[in-house]
Amino acid sequence: MLHGTGLPPTVAALAGGVLIGIAVAMLLLLRGRVAGISGIVAGVVRPGRGDGHWRALFVAGLVAGGLVARLVDPGAIGAMVAPLPVLALAGLLVGFGTRLAGGCTSGHGVCGVSRLSPRSIVATGTFMAVAGVVVFFVRHAAGGR
Amino acid sequence: MKRDLAAFLSGAVFAAGLVVSGMTKPSKVLAFLDVSGAWDPSLALVMVGAIAVSAVAFRAAARRSAPVLDASFAVPPAGGAIGRRLVAGAALFGLGWGLSGLCPGPAVLSIAGGEAGAFVFVLAMLAGMALERLTARDGRGAAPRDECGGTEPVAAESRAR
Repeated sequence: MLHGTGLPPTVAALAGGVLIGIAVAMLLLLRGRVAGISGIVAGVVRPGRGDGHWRALFVAGLVAGGLVARLVDPGAIGAMVAPLPVLALAGLLVGFGTRLAGGCTSGHGVCGVSRLSPRSIVATGTFMAVAGVVVFFVRHAAGGR
Repeated sequence: MKRDLAAFLSGAVFAAGLVVSGMTKPSKVLAFLDVSGAWDPSLALVMVGAIAVSAVAFRAAARRSAPVLDASFAVPPAGGAIGRRLVAGAALFGLGWGLSGLCPGPAVLSIAGGEAGAFVFVLAMLAGMALERLTARDGRGAAPRDECGGTEPVAAESRAR
């Protein structure tokens, strides 16, 4: 994709954000659905009655996009930085937490904040602040990675 | 067919956005979260770009009675109380995000990279989602979804039925 083309990080981040916004717009205006990834993933595993298979197709598109990106730029998907046990714990926390809060970076952070929802603004501020504190402790206070 | 294609392409464009922005690199995400160290603030612009376009899309949706390819919008109304579930859930998510540099979208996409750690993370994430459902007292039978700043999703869905 464009990632290997040497765009300055700021331009790449903004362009990538616009693409994410376009994806949100497509799913919303064509299918009437919210592009909240944690809800979509949870719904693939446990679909409701008459809910269709749009979630599985969205996830398939997400993974297919990753495969294409890798063909274009082998470094498109970065290596994991945490060891396996930490990844397992982190995955558990992300799954549990996003379902408890009813959204993640996409559902609350992009969709909810773009609707100026107070719940989403509080959720987004909370997960970003906590993530920042965790990185501070791991990197600086505990002298880890 | 068109409806299926729309869902698939939305996922693919979402993936392109994550890749182009650098959100698929956990080291870059952690550098963005590392405000007190060698801070890389560029990822803030991902939110700026995505929110700007989504805001226009949600305004356009509000003016329509139905989406182009479906009978109705499945978007919860904005609003709702800010409770312990919301704050505790967001804090737990932030803890996992800060430990790994992975949020759900990039995590699922990372499966395409074939690294064992990506599979471990996604399987653990699914387990965490199942665990949350087991410990929740309500919402059985309804498909989970992101509330997008609406009322509690399960409450909204049980009212709809």
